[in-house]
Amino acid sequence: MPIKFPFSRRAAPSDAWTKCPSCDAQVFNRQLERSLRVCPSCGHHFRMSVGERIDLLLDANTFEERDAGLEAVDRLGFHDDKPYPHRLEASRLKTGLRDAVVWGIGAVDGQRVAIGIFDFRFMGGSMGAVVGEKLARCLETALVERIPAIIVSASGGARMQEGTLSLMQLAKTTAPLVRLDDSGVPFIAILTDPTTGGVLASFASLGDVILAEPKALIGFAGARVASDTVGEELPEGFQTAEFLLAHGFVDAVVPRAELRATLSRLLRLLPVAVAADERDDDERAWSPIGALSGLAERFGGAVSETIGIDVDSAAERNGGPRTADPAPAATTTPEDRA
Amino acid sequence: MTDQLLGSAAAPPTEAAAEEAWRRVQLARHPQRPRTLDLVALMFEGFFELHGDRVYGDDAAIVGGPALLDGRAVMVIGHQKGTDTDSNIHRNFGSPHPEGFRKAQRLMRLADKLGLPIITFLDTAGAFPGPAAEERGQAEAIASSIKLMTGIQVPIIVVVLGEGGSGGALAIGVGDVVIALENSVYSVISPEGASSILWRSKDEARTAAAAMRMTAHDQADLGVVDVVVPEPGDGAHTDAAATASALKTAILTALRGLAGRDTPELLATRYARIRGMGAYLETGAGPSRPAELPSLRRRIGRILRLPSVPRRPRWSEIWPSDDGDDESERGA
Repeated sequence: MPIKFPFSRRAAPSDAWTKCPSCDAQVFNRQLERSLRVCPSCGHHFRMSVGERIDLLLDANTFEERDAGLEAVDRLGFHDDKPYPHRLEASRLKTGLRDAVVWGIGAVDGQRVAIGIFDFRFMGGSMGAVVGEKLARCLETALVERIPAIIVSASGGARMQEGTLSLMQLAKTTAPLVRLDDSGVPFIAILTDPTTGGVLASFASLGDVILAEPKALIGFAGARVASDTVGEELPEGFQTAEFLLAHGFVDAVVPRAELRATLSRLLRLLPVAVAADERDDDERAWSPIGALSGLAERFGGAVSETIGIDVDSAAERNGGPRTADPAPAATTTPEDRA
Repeated sequence: MTDQLLGSAAAPPTEAAAEEAWRRVQLARHPQRPRTLDLVALMFEGFFELHGDRVYGDDAAIVGGPALLDGRAVMVIGHQKGTDTDSNIHRNFGSPHPEGFRKAQRLMRLADKLGLPIITFLDTAGAFPGPAAEERGQAEAIASSIKLMTGIQVPIIVVVLGEGGSGGALAIGVGDVVIALENSVYSVISPEGASSILWRSKDEARTAAAAMRMTAHDQADLGVVDVVVPEPGDGAHTDAAATASALKTAILTALRGLAGRDTPELLATRYARIRGMGAYLETGAGPSRPAELPSLRRRIGRILRLPSVPRRPRWSEIWPSDDGDDESERGA
């Protein structure tokens, strides 16, 4: 499926103004671009595209995109008022992206990281199988290369058009985090407006450090669902970054202008642990952490050892009459890329 | 397959499909459908319910504790709906708050410590979406439950009893074998929720139920469910004892199948099962590179060495922001 990049479109037409939804000020688009898409008069943080995030957070000329070719498949034959493939195509044309996440390797002040970034403009940043797969590969690559993992979220949640398969992406993006814990590789979650539903209910809530942008909408249930459920008005500032900070679910609310410096500082303060095989033998024998790392090494330190498991034969041993069918024949299963 | 890729297979569900899906949804929600505690009493001996998350409180929407299954100690955890108005209020209609998931985590850690296999029962419309749940970290509670289950070192059997409602179900639904009762349903969002968000109408819940393919057999086709257990008569509510007996057989079979695995194999297979969920296409498309953008202005600018043209374009030029954000697309 060819992707048409919007080659002719300019990042911010110089003749256009944008009205700030927070203070109603008319902001000159070029000024908005220069101010990192933060309203100069009230500090409202506008949403950023994935390209702007890369420029904001990573050193120039360091980002290398990975797994760019992954594309969604309409496994359910889903149709609401239009077919799911049509929605995908519309989002592709609108954004120049293949799905709602771009991941790759880059550097923050010279420190190599694996980073996955959501773009809310692609179907509301919703998480389907492609988003889940890209983020899982991002985390697994961080594990193998022993570099910190970063995920910048902007998502309404799971992609309903993929049914429970999108729900299962919560597990797919969360499972690698156990391995990062076992291997001493840090994971930093950066929550931007909005981060809700299944994305918040998975990796986004599980960062070793969780940063959020000011006033970002962050919550489990949509505010409307929540207010319908309780039948009353919600408190002021409910489900904002500041609300989560006050309730202990976010480490810091960081204005966009300071985000890159903050990230860089954290990466220096939270280095990847020394690999178990590089540790002194005595230390490994005596320290509980060393022993645990040894276990981790055995159980799943290397992705390549475990990814090639034959699911079918495993299910057969289960005694189950049905075997898991992880993907249609024409799509790629993890085994194919091992 | 090609049809799926091109989207020509995507058509609105037929009226017959909608009726059938909705019939299952109604059975899954049937007021007399046996609940977790009913089935636990019929399947296990000596169930001892444990209470409290040791942090905040006890949530009656999730129950759990050790029990004996054919003489062998296991840990049982499940959503618990009520049977009448009073008990439903007490159980919050089976919709847990964070403390419910944290109690479940506590019991899973205990099972892990003692080597007890875990058996979970899913029967919830979803995690409770109220402000109190948000304040206490509903999303974190679900996320950390999922994470814990992916790494726990004992076998986990998941049984979908009635409604498998989104994250609130998955929070105790990650396992090695997923068994579903024939008339249970599993979905990323309730059909009513999907109707109001995707169809912008309150009246399309039946259509949404069919479109999301939420019945047990559909879920088995998708690989989310491994084993579908038939229900007696017109549904589980007509014969709880027969339902319990069929489920018990399926659970014992699944446990026997897992018995030969050592811990690394158990964890690796569970990881592979989770990693394999969802379909995608691996096209050969290469990575995007802003430098290769064939912009005429840029090429001429470079040749003429115009100062306004940077040597290398920025990523924001290939993936810029739109003028206006489209809020119409939502997730669950």
